[in-house]
Order: sequence, then structure tokens, then C-alpha cells
Amino acid sequence: MLCKLSLKNIKKSFKDYTIYFFTLILGVAIFYVFNSIDSQTVMMNLSDSKREIIQMMTNMLSGISVFISIVLGFLIIYASRFLMRRRHKEFGLYMLLGMNKSSISKILLLETFFIGLLSLVVGLGLGVILSQVMSLLVANMFEADMTQFRFVFSQSAMIKTIIYFGIIYVIVMIFNTIIVNKCKLIDLLQTGRHSENIKIKNPYLCTIIFIIAVIMLGISYYLVTGGIQYLQDASSIFIPIILGCLSTFLIFWSLSGLLLKILMAYPKLYYKNLNCFTLRQVSSKINTTVISMSVICIMLFITICVSASALSLKNSMNANLTELAPMDISLSTSNLDQPITTQLSNANITSQQLKDAFEFYWYQDPNLTIKSTLGTAYDILYQQYPYLQYDAPEDIIRISDYNQLASLYGQPTYTLAEDEYMIIANFDSWISIRNQALSNRESITIKGKTYVPKYTSCQEGFVIMEGNHTNTGIILVPDEAVDSSMRYVDYFVANYQATSDQEKENIEQQMLTFAQNNNTIMINTKLDIYEASIGLGAIVTFIGLYLGIIFLISSAAILALKELSDSADNKQRYTMLRKLGADEKLINRSLLQQIAIFFLLPLALATIHSIFGIMFSNYIFETFGNEKLLVSILMTACFLIIIYGGYFLITYFCSKNIIRERA
Amino acid sequence: MEKILQVEKIEKYYGNKGSLTKALDRLSFQVEKQEFVAIMGASGSGKTTLLNCISTIDKVAAGHIYVGDTDITKLKGNQLNRFRRENIGFIFQDFNLLDTLTAYENMALALSIQQEDPSKIATKIEEIASSLGITKVLQKYPYQMSGGEKQRVAAARAIITKPKIILADEPTGALDSKSAKMLLESLDKLNRDLAATILMVTHDAFTASYASRVIFIKDGKIFNELYRGNDTRKEFFDRIIDVVTLLGGDLSDAL
Repeated sequence: MLCKLSLKNIKKSFKDYTIYFFTLILGVAIFYVFNSIDSQTVMMNLSDSKREIIQMMTNMLSGISVFISIVLGFLIIYASRFLMRRRHKEFGLYMLLGMNKSSISKILLLETFFIGLLSLVVGLGLGVILSQVMSLLVANMFEADMTQFRFVFSQSAMIKTIIYFGIIYVIVMIFNTIIVNKCKLIDLLQTGRHSENIKIKNPYLCTIIFIIAVIMLGISYYLVTGGIQYLQDASSIFIPIILGCLSTFLIFWSLSGLLLKILMAYPKLYYKNLNCFTLRQVSSKINTTVISMSVICIMLFITICVSASALSLKNSMNANLTELAPMDISLSTSNLDQPITTQLSNANITSQQLKDAFEFYWYQDPNLTIKSTLGTAYDILYQQYPYLQYDAPEDIIRISDYNQLASLYGQPTYTLAEDEYMIIANFDSWISIRNQALSNRESITIKGKTYVPKYTSCQEGFVIMEGNHTNTGIILVPDEAVDSSMRYVDYFVANYQATSDQEKENIEQQMLTFAQNNNTIMINTKLDIYEASIGLGAIVTFIGLYLGIIFLISSAAILALKELSDSADNKQRYTMLRKLGADEKLINRSLLQQIAIFFLLPLALATIHSIFGIMFSNYIFETFGNEKLLVSILMTACFLIIIYGGYFLITYFCSKNIIRERA
Repeated sequence: MEKILQVEKIEKYYGNKGSLTKALDRLSFQVEKQEFVAIMGASGSGKTTLLNCISTIDKVAAGHIYVGDTDITKLKGNQLNRFRRENIGFIFQDFNLLDTLTAYENMALALSIQQEDPSKIATKIEEIASSLGITKVLQKYPYQMSGGEKQRVAAARAIITKPKIILADEPTGALDSKSAKMLLESLDKLNRDLAATILMVTHDAFTASYASRVIFIKDGKIFNELYRGNDTRKEFFDRIIDVVTLLGGDLSDAL
């Protein structure tokens, strides 16, 4: 009997549950997709190092899945409580008829069970389909060829999804039981009876709070962009974060009162069509949901920043690679007893394997530190960047060595007069530090001889092959400026004598064995850099997408549920409007305006936050380059429009359905 | 006199083939301009169905209802909304004020739905409010008002659009006797001073005694009709009671 009742309940309230179902199904599907990534790569043709990276990524994703399941758990509990509230009258009726609370709990238990089962089945089905699309993305990320397409199904991911969501549903059941046991019959029957108490906030107080909030927000924006030097250490980043959260809350708090007050001052607008009704509705909605609006705004902000940064990191890393790893291999050692070329020929590695080989030395002078290079600019810079290592000796390379390397790398070459020096770098924030010293025409002293800068700014360039722009500055000097006693690193670069990928792999293997046998030698190969970079890019992208999508779904679902339950509660008001003779068109427009404002307000603030957030993350991750930021922002916007817009449309159509008069 | 409302042989059924209930059974009557008509009947007699049909909230199975020259049984969709907007003012038992709006805004909304020029709204509201004695509560929200005040605001909202006819569904149903009296005096005033035509449904003889004519309905048909003529309210009340007694036990609970 109870079973039949709960099944009928689900069927009857299917419309109310649309958003709930939609969210559950999406949650399950996304959970499955991201946990099944490793099995999607099984049939791909990948190298061992890529496999390792995928293993690492899988571990990280499953760690994050725990966090995600907590977020989803909260969301589902919130949603089910929302739906419970809609049914107070029904439960009241059951109790009035003499049903005891344990039976009501059982009905709810069964309902949660059926809904859970259904959402798991549909969600997993959707997840399996989506993961086929996902495997294309994975293949693209890891640059594996997808010539043989195979249908993938991950049993482990399925079991994991079932277990995680099973736990969530059990917690929901426990919560529901507690709620049912706590409620009183009189409250159940009288829900919706009491009329709303409207508290109008003092407009002056609102204005003052709004101004304070805007100032606070301005300060935190300034701190993460223009005034970044004030953030002395890692913990001070919490100042703009806390300021930002607080001001978000205050803005929503004051806005509800302020918006209304401002528009009421324009009677022509306020008393046109249903505007006064619409505005009152919106302001009371914002009024009662200040906290959730703030949370949603911050979640959206995180979503936008994380996805935009993650995608741009991946894009710019790939773009950097071709430029930053021009040669197949580089070897270096600080053991200067025997040149690397000699060691190689001892190991029987000759021009048979390597071509374009070039060996040179790095020099250091213990008296030539960063501090001394900076000269008078040091004091200013120390205040801005107190955490830099100013006592480290500078790296020096002879100009002729650099020119030879540069022509191999395909970089411009330079000439220096006998009393000139120059600096090459490609790390943006270091370039700006060094440029201050160079524009002061700071001279340096090596072995008692003074050198003046040839250029007033750093020249773009690098020596060590790496995935990113990390060259903080190398000093180039005329060949006579240094002598062999100042050598500290022996550096060797070469290309592989190979035409096919297979031959390259073979030589690479030979070189790796060589490096293993000579443990003073550091090896750096193009292939290595490439795969590490791909791996890092993929990890960042997947984690960014995972978190972004879940956060987006959560915030959109909360808004949608709130809006739908409001529409149901306010059904009478719309009936009233109809009796006053308002056209359907007018009513629907008012509804659309309400929902649009409700959805767009947190998004608008989050977008403004994100502009500064992305600027900040760009500053932090400057090493990754920022050429492709626009593309990734556009991609993020697409995600946002599809998911957030989808929820918006569903909410609108469901609400329209709810308030429609049943003939 | 000009006929405002003309109901012609309307029929309305409830239920299915197995058990058919006639809510309205070939019912006909007329309301003239500036009349204050009360419709009385026990619960289940069909009076609310009748009101719903006149207000176009419900549809009749057969017959015609004319408001002015329009046959409202032929209207559809937005024509209906438009008809309601331009011709009918409503007063309900449970007030039906929008609780997010102040009394002033509740009245203003009725005007703005009619595309009234916003600059004229303020004067119109002040005029009506002072004649109904609700000027003091204009800036209050429904939850801050007493039941009587709410109902008078609702009455003001009904009249402010200058409808052809005001339909009142048990307007005193949720009021204590003092508030009820004040409301009825307000309606009387609307009827006399502002020339409003009012059709009121009630099962309370005291409320009905404020009308100029009372129509009694039983089982979907007109059972009796009383004109107040030159009687005092007290005399008219006694005559109504007589009919109620005649109608039988059904209505005695109303006393």
C-alpha cells in the first residue's frame, strides 16, 4: 500500500520534480564521465610516460570526486528539503487520517529509493553516452589517434558512482526521516496560510551599505590587480577574498531595497504594465535569498575563473612548446672534469645518433649577484618583491656561445662591444624587474672591468629548453670577460639523427640509458617536455572542467528550485492578476522578467568578479603565457550559456506551466 | 433604465453521465444600471457558479450572458481578459489583495493593467480612498491592515477602473460584524454616490438587506425575488428572513 502511494506520488508530482531529476541525472552522468577517463584511454595508443600521467590524473580526479560528492550531497539534500516543503499539506492530511510518522517516513524512504534508482539508471545511461564524446576530448588532449573507435564502458566507474550516490541518497533518507519526525501537524496544515511580512529596509541605510560594499569590492579588485605588491605573503591573499565575499553579500543585501526605491522614484516606469508587481516580486525574492544569492554568485565566479584559466593554460602551453623546445635533447652537468662530448663518445654515441651538436659553458662570478645587477633599482624592487632571492649569483654566457646556440634555436643573434653587456629573459614579471635596472643604465663589474648595458630593456630569449617561459634572466658578455675558472655548468644540445618517429624513440631510449649510467648528467628531451606539458595541461583542464560544471549545475539548480517553488506559492497572485484582467502575454512577460533578473543578477556580479579574478590568475600563472585567453573565455561562455541557460529555460517553462490556469 | 447585465436561460452541469448535477437550470434575470442586487442561496444552490459564469471565470453549457451589448459566452482567450479588465470589478471573500504590494500599489496595479496614464493614477486613487475612508492605510501592506480595511481597499480597487458592474463574492464572509457593516455602508455609498452597479452573492440575510433587490436561488433556479422599494433596511431584513424561512432549513444556518 505504502509502495503504491509513493509510486503514485512520484508520477503525480513528476512535473514539480523535473528540475530535481534533471540535476540528479546530470550529477550522476558527470560523476561517471570523469571517473571513467582512465578506461577511455585503454584502447588508445599512448606512451608509457603518458600512461603515468593518466594514472596520476585519475588519482587526482578520484580525490576531487570525494569533494564533488560532498557538494552534490548538499545540493541534493537542499533540493529534497525544498520539495518536502511543497508537500507539507499532503503529509498533514496523512497524519490527520491517522497515519503515523513512521509510515510517512517509509513513504518518503520509498520515494527517495525509487527516484534514486531511476536517476542512477538514466544518469549512468547518459554518462555512458557522454563518455564516448569525452573520449574524443581525452584523445585530443593526449594527442592519441582515435583511428579505431570502440565503445567504452567502465565497470569500476559505474560501481563507484552507484556507491557514492547510494551514500548520498541514504543521507537524504536520514534527513527526511528526521524532518518528518520533528514536524507538528498544525504547522503542516497551515503552510502557505500566513501572508508574507514585507520588511522595507531603510533606503538611507541601504545606500550607505551599498556604497561601503562597492568601496570594499573596489579595494579587493585593486589588491589583486594594480595593487598586487601590497599582497606581501601567501596568507594576505585572504584579505581580498574575504573582502570580496563580504561585499558580495552586502551588495545583494542592499540592492533589494535600493533597486525598488530607485525605480519607485520613476512613477512613469513603475506604474507601467505589471512593472510594480514584477519589481516587488523580485525585491522580495532577493530579500529572502541574500545568502544563497551570494553563495551562487561566488560559485559562478569560481566556475568562470577555473574553467577559463584551465582552458587557457592548456592552450598556451601547447603553443609555447614548439617555440621553447626547439632541439631534441639537452644535457648538462656541473661535473667539469670531462666535457659531455667526450663522455658521449666514450659511451659510443656519435654523429650516428646526434647531429647539430653544440657544447658550451655557463659562468658565474660570486660577486655578481642579482642585487648588484639591479643597482639602485634594488631598493624599490625589494619593497615590491621581498621574497625574491637577491643574493643568488647571476648566470653568465659568452656572446659567441649564445649566438651559436641562438642560430640553432632559430632565435636572433647579437653583437656586443668590448665594454657592453645585455640580458636575455622571457619571464614577464622578471623582465619588468630587470628593465628598471637596465633603463637606469646600471653597469656591472666582472673581474674588475665595468660593463654598460647595450639595450635599455631585456631581449627575448632562453637557453634551457622548458615547457614554459621561465628564463628569469641570463647575462651575455663579450667572450674575453670571463675565463675558464668561472665555469660552473657544462651544457650540450643536439638533434637526433633520425627521420621517423620510431628512430627518434630509439635514440631517445639510448640517451636515457646514457643519462642513467652517468648520474651527474641531467637530461632534458623535447619528447619529455612535450609529454609532461601535455599531461599537466590535461590534468588542469579536466579538473577545471569537472569542478566548473558541478559548481555551475549546483548554482543553477538552487536558483531554479527556488524560483519554481516561488511560482507555485504565488500561483494565487497570478490568478488574481488574471481576474484584474491582465493579458496572458503581460503575465508571462512579468514571469520572464522575474526569472531573468533572478538568474542574471548573480551572474552579472560574478562576471565582474571574474574579470579581475582572471587578471589575477593570469598574473600568477604568467609563465604559461596568455595568448589564447580569449578562446578559453569564449569556451567558458559557451559552457555557461548551455548549462545555465538550459536551467533558465526549463525554469521558465515549468513556472509558466505552474501558474497557468487549468481550464 | 439601461440594462447592464442580462442573463438568458443559462445552464451548467457538473459530474458525468452517471450522476449529473444541474448547478444552473435555465436561469434568467436582468440587472439595470445603478442597481445593487444580492443573490442569496444555501451552499450548493449554484450562486457561486452563477457568479463565476458572469465573471467569465467559468463557462456556461447553454444560454447567453450579455454585459452591455457583448455576449460574453462567445469570448475567448485574451478577449476574456480584456473584457474582465474593462467591464468587471471584483471583490472576494478572502480579499485577494497582492500581499507584496501596498494598498496604494494594489489599486495602481488595476489601473496600470488598463494602460492608464501613470500621471493620472495618483489623483484617481486619492479620490476613491477619501470617499471610502482608507486614506490612512494607503501606504500599508495587507498584513498591516485589519480585515475590514483590506476589504475596503479591495472594493476601492474594484471601483477605481470604473467597471460596468462590480461582482462581490461573499464580501463579508471573512469579516467580523462591525467591519462587515462598515464595508456594506461603503458599498452602499459606491452605489449611491458613484453610480456603481453591484451584483453581490451572499448567504447572509443581514448583508443582503443592504441591497435594493434580492434574488433567491435554489437548485439552480430562481426561487423568489424581493425589491426593497421604500422599506427601511430593518423592514427589508425582516422580509428577507421570511423568505429564508420559506426556503427551509438549508439556509437557516446562515442566521
